[in-house]
This record gives sequence, C-alpha cells and structure tokens, in this order.
Amino acid sequence: MKENQELSFATRLLHTGNEIDRTTGASAVPIYQASTFHQEDVDQAQPYEYARSGNPTREALERTIATLEGGTRGFAFASGMAAISTALLLFSAGDHLIATDDIYGGTFRILTTVLNRLGIETTFVDVTDLENIRAAIRPNTKGLLLETPSNPLLQITDLAGAAKLAKEHGLLTIVDNTFQTPYLQRPLDHGIDVVVHSATKFLGGHSDVVAGLAVTKDQALGQRLKQLQNSFGAVLGPQDCFLLQRGIKTLKVRMDASCDGAELVARWLANRAEVAKVYYPGLAAHKGHGVHLEQSSRSGAVLSFDLGTEEQAKRLMRAVKLPLVAVSLGGVESILSYPATMSHSGMPKEERHKRGISDGLLRLSVGLEDPEDIIADLEQALQNG
Amino acid sequence: MMPRQPTRFLCTVPIPTDCVSDLADERKRSLWIPKTFLDSGEVFLHSGGIRMHLDTCLAQIGNNKQDVTGAISTPIYHSTTYRHPRLGESTGFDYTRTKNPTRQTLEDAIATLECGVRGFAYGSGMAAIAGVLGLFGQGDHLLVSHDLYGGTYRLLEQILPRQGITTTFVNTEDLTEVAAARQENTRAIFIETPTNPTMRITDLREVIGWAKGHALITIVDNTFMTPYLQRPLTLGADVVVHSATKYLGGHNDVLAGVAVAREEELAERIYFLQNSIGATLGPQDAWLLMRGMKTLALRMERHQQNAQALAEWLDGHPLVKKVYYPGLAAHRGREVHISQAEGYGGMLSFELVSERLVEPLLRHLDLIAFAESLGGVESLITYPARQTHFDVPEEIRNSLGVTDSLLRLSVGIEHDRDLIEDLARAFEASEREIAEQEGELV
Repeated sequence: MKENQELSFATRLLHTGNEIDRTTGASAVPIYQASTFHQEDVDQAQPYEYARSGNPTREALERTIATLEGGTRGFAFASGMAAISTALLLFSAGDHLIATDDIYGGTFRILTTVLNRLGIETTFVDVTDLENIRAAIRPNTKGLLLETPSNPLLQITDLAGAAKLAKEHGLLTIVDNTFQTPYLQRPLDHGIDVVVHSATKFLGGHSDVVAGLAVTKDQALGQRLKQLQNSFGAVLGPQDCFLLQRGIKTLKVRMDASCDGAELVARWLANRAEVAKVYYPGLAAHKGHGVHLEQSSRSGAVLSFDLGTEEQAKRLMRAVKLPLVAVSLGGVESILSYPATMSHSGMPKEERHKRGISDGLLRLSVGLEDPEDIIADLEQALQNG
Repeated sequence: MMPRQPTRFLCTVPIPTDCVSDLADERKRSLWIPKTFLDSGEVFLHSGGIRMHLDTCLAQIGNNKQDVTGAISTPIYHSTTYRHPRLGESTGFDYTRTKNPTRQTLEDAIATLECGVRGFAYGSGMAAIAGVLGLFGQGDHLLVSHDLYGGTYRLLEQILPRQGITTTFVNTEDLTEVAAARQENTRAIFIETPTNPTMRITDLREVIGWAKGHALITIVDNTFMTPYLQRPLTLGADVVVHSATKYLGGHNDVLAGVAVAREEELAERIYFLQNSIGATLGPQDAWLLMRGMKTLALRMERHQQNAQALAEWLDGHPLVKKVYYPGLAAHRGREVHISQAEGYGGMLSFELVSERLVEPLLRHLDLIAFAESLGGVESLITYPARQTHFDVPEEIRNSLGVTDSLLRLSVGIEHDRDLIEDLARAFEASEREIAEQEGELV
C-alpha cells in the first residue's frame, strides 16, 4: 500500500491510521468517557493521565485533522472560538497583530474586547492587497490572522505571498480554514504556521456538534499550543469528538455536492435583476478568483449576495421555505444568514459598513438539497417576498 | 446509611431567576443577598417555585415538567443552531455556544444549588477558572491561596503574566498576610478552602469581609466541598468555580467545569466572556454531569464517612507521619471550617515517614487506583509532587507541605473496611520489601 500522504484525499479521510481501535479492532474509535487513567508505575509516564491533557477519543480526532491538514499536531477545542482564543494566547502583552478586516464577528469581538484588555492590539486591514499588510507592520507586530475566503464577503488573500511576507518580518501566521476545509485548501502547504477551524461547520457537517480544531506543522510551535490547550482546558468532550470524527468521514462527498450546488446557485443569482451583487470565488468576475484557484481546488459552498436594502433582505428571509434562517453554516441543510444581525453582530455598524457588509447582504451556506429545489425556492421568494 | 441530619443554619433563601423575573431589579438583588444565619434550621432552596431541601433539588435536576414529551430526563440537544421563527424573532436559542437547552438546564441547576443568580458550564474546570479570570486585564493583580491546585498555579504563573496579570500567592489562612500582600492594582482574591492537597482552611467570612472593604472580587474554588457542604456565595463570595469533573460529576467519566455568580452585573460579564471565548461544555457532557449531580447528596455522605474512618486509621499508623483531614480533631482550622461548611468532605492527604515507601505502596494497592483526579465513586490515590503539583517549583512545594512523601487520597464510596484492608496490605508489603532490600525502615 502507498504511504498515507500519497493516497487521494477521499481515501485518506477514511484511512488516517486512527480509524480502528487498537485494542479491540472496533471500526469506530470508542468514546472514552473517562476523566482519569490508572497509572501502572509512578516513575513511568503513560500516554494518558487526565482527560484534559489527553483522551484517546480526542487524540484520534486530533491526529486525523493533523494528517488531513498536512501538519504534525492537531488540537480539539470546545468551539471554534475556543480554538481561536487559545491560538491567540500564543501572543503576549505588548504584541501587535494584523487581521483581515472582514473577519468573523466572533473573532473580531475577542480581538477588540478581550485581547485588547490583555495588552494585545490588532490592526484590521484589507489583506487582499499584501502591501496593506506590509504598511501595517510595526516593530512589535507578532502575528497575522487571515481568513480566505473571508466571511462574509469571500475576499481572497494570497496565502503563499502572505506567508512569505510574514516570515520576512518574523510574524506568526494563523489562517481560519473553516470555509474551505483541508479537502479544498491546505494553508500549511503554503507556509502558514497555524490553521484553525470552527469544526462545527463543514468538518462536523451536520449542525449537531459545536467544536473547534487547530493544527500546527512546526514541532516547537505545536508544543506551545499543547501547553496552552492543557492550561486553559477548553478541550472538546469525547462524545463530541466522536461525532466530529464521524462527520469528517463524509467530508469529501458533502463538500463535492455542496460546491456543485453553490456554483449553480451563484451563477443563477448573478443573472437576477433583483440581486445587486454576488460574492462567490467561483465566479470569474469575483475579485481574486485566479489567486483562489491557485491555492484552493474548488470555490466552496458559501456565497453572499446583496439585495440592496435591509427591507429586501428581510423580505427574502421571510419568504424562503427551504433553507434554515439561522446562524452557522456548513451543515447538510442549507442555511441562510443575515450577517448584519447574526454572524457580525459583534461588530459595530460603522465598522461593518466600512467593510462592505451592508444591510442588504445575505449569506447562503449551500447544503445537500437538490440545487434545482434551492433555486426554485429562491426564485419564488424573490418574486413573492 | 444514616439520613442527612438537619443542618446547623439557615444559610439563605435563594430563588432562581425564573421565579423572580417579574420583580424589579432592586428587589431581585435583595433576595439573593444572604440574610439570616440562625442557630438551627434546615437549608432550603427554591426551584420552580417550590421550596425544597438541597437533596431534593439535586434529585430533581432537569426534571422539566413543562417539556412537551414529559420525559423525566432532560433531552440532549445536539443541535448547533436554531431556526428563527422570523427575522428579529428568536426562540431564545440561536447558536449553541451562546445558549443550549441542555447546558442551560445544568447551568440553572448549579446556580440554584450554589445560591447564585446565574451558572456557566465549561469544557473543563480549568476552562471555568480561565473563563472567570478573563474578567481581569493588563496591569491587574490577584491574590491567590498559595497551596492551590497545580493547574491553576500554572495558569497564573506561566500564562497570565504574559497578558500583564500578576499574582501574589499568600497563605489565606492568615488575614494579616493577605492584607499585607494587597497592592494598589489588586482586583481580586482567589481562594480554595480546604486547599489542595494539604487541606488548609481559610475563614471565608473574614477574608470576604476584608475583600469587600477593598472592592476586590472574591472567587472561591468549591470543588472539594460542593454546594452540598459549603456555599461560599451565601457568605458573600462573588463567584464560585468548580472542576465539575470531581464530586459534581462523581463518576470519573466526564470532564467539565462550572462557575456561578452571586449578582447579575458580574454574571453578565462572565456570560460575555463565556460566549466570546467559547470554552463551553458540550450537551452530552452537560447531560452526564446532571446525571451525576442527582446522587451528589448520597455520595458526599458516604465519601465523608469513609474519609473520616480512613483518616483516623491512617493517623494511628506507624508508617504515617501526618494526616491532613479537617475532620480530625487536631487539624488546624477545623473550627473555622465547620462554621462555614456542613461536613469535612472526602479528601485527605497523608505524609509517609519515608519517601522510599511511595513507589512500593502505590504498586501494592489493589483496590485504590493510582490515578490523577478525585471526587469519583472509586477511590483514587495521587502523588501530588509528580502529578497535580508537578508544575510548582520544588522549594515552594516543600514549604507548603507538598513533599515527596505526601500522598493524596480521594476516598470513594466502597466499603470502608475494604479500603483500610487494601492500605494495610500495601503498607505491610512495602515495609517488608524495603526491609529485605535495605534493612530497617523506621
């Protein structure tokens, strides 16, 4: 058999080396609902001691995500925000960070209301132009926090270019890879230091588990993150680890179907007179389309579209029948969100508008329904709404 | 087992938030402020509008009579997101990190039990502590009990200083020492009582009274006692934190942390941090924790009966130099402890006459498992110097009594005679082994 890294992604998803329980041969890793582990010998360290520092169910998941992202070490957290918060604690008072300006509202909130109190300052810039990053670098700049495509405007950042620039200035790079998943995009391959995920989204995929993941490639950095994970203790419980591992098994087939659907819906929306603008990296007219396809194999399952006014957006949300009108994304069900009051409610209105997240903007996470049914539903909603 | 005896005092008459939601804020607050300390009486809590004993409250956790299905056990809501009836309307649940029905049932229960206004559940005890310490920022200073859990020590010593938060570890048994350590920028005092592992006692009323005088937030780690035996919020503490992995869960099968705030304003700030940082407890684990809490009263009674028996037995053993258990007459701070708690708990530590005994003793124990953690139905023995307090520098450890010959015992709910026999056998075998190898031990 070929070495694991040479297998295709679809196969690697199911054969990570962690799929079989070593003790019993069980096809699914058991849920070790144990908080502590018997120590055979006081002088002999064992792999498991206390579930916060290591649990076999969580470890199987952590190894899986490390393998899939092409890293050496994975970490599972109680939520995407717990993963991001813990990774951000790699920084210290006096440090300065640069972040994508239309970053997820929850990340914006932690940067501007919590980390600032700890003496860590953030400058938000339009990172689609690397020159903006360069211009924002200060003597105390220590980190660069990116999302590509960004949320919710799907703006594209050149990962390899950003990683190179960061290395020149000794910055640690963190990329939120939630929208793409390692199936479509592997930031570590482009020189990024830390990948974080809200695994609640596409990795879990079923809107039934809140979880976060982080992956590092560098051993020393992995050790530092491990110390923070263990010290802060925002770890994922074994039942949730099991559910997430279970969701990851179907990541490829789900992403394929959702990407197919998103491409069709995006093209259809782009031709509608009611729609002022469609944001989707798969459209040739989307800014950064070319860069995106160099670093990612497909355009993903999330798109946003602007109906011009708050009133139009609200009308559509009232009229749709198929998608859940809810926060979150990446589930088997299509989810329609209103960034202004949902994902980006943590961001003040003027900051939101400055970033182009207008009051007419809607975000659609395309699920596994037949794309024709989604389009028909949107059509009736645009007409009747 | 003997039924629980009526407790010594009526500590407070707390009413959960849902019962007082229609009251003015001022009135709501006054209901939560501890009022009466009488010489006799029983502890009553109010839950769902019914006055009940704490034991009843525990057994009834999650028994939601309004639920459409009538299920006695609260359902596990795995859903991460919730459909909005229409734009601008919410069922009260939007996203599971923000609020989850299963987790909320647990959070309400712990708030009622600890006599606070609002409870919070986290992925671990450390996540609860880290979540609450998120209240502080650059330039702030904390006072902390000096022989506390090693994980909290690590957070305070190795991580928070990088965020500009400094800590002075003080002997909180002694208010003079505490007062002397206060600085201009001191914002809070963090107390464990009894401490882990040497069971030192802090006079909560005295320290909290002093802290209030200096506008400090008082945080008490109540893991060892649980609200069944000690309710620090009724003594005026601002926040209680727990490693719920321990007695609250009680079965060594779920990792969790909880926090409870006494007043709305602080509760709101802690909620903001819980949601922002996102270290929340998953619904399966929240459910398991509630399942464990239902038997807390029974378990604690048995834990402390057994602990008393073992402490007394160990105290008379020639290979034991010192036993730390607040239930022993000679234990320092015993009187203070029993004035603020209703029992002595299930944790004890003991120092062996020689460090050489540690390794063979741990090896020869059959029933008592050598493992980290505590508070489970099974007895566990821990070697603090190598496990829970590994991150504390040796000279500090020794000065606190956490020596290389100290062992900590979390006494389970097995039959006490079996536990004593296991220890007796292991002591004999260890002594024999050492004598064969190296001659006389003592």
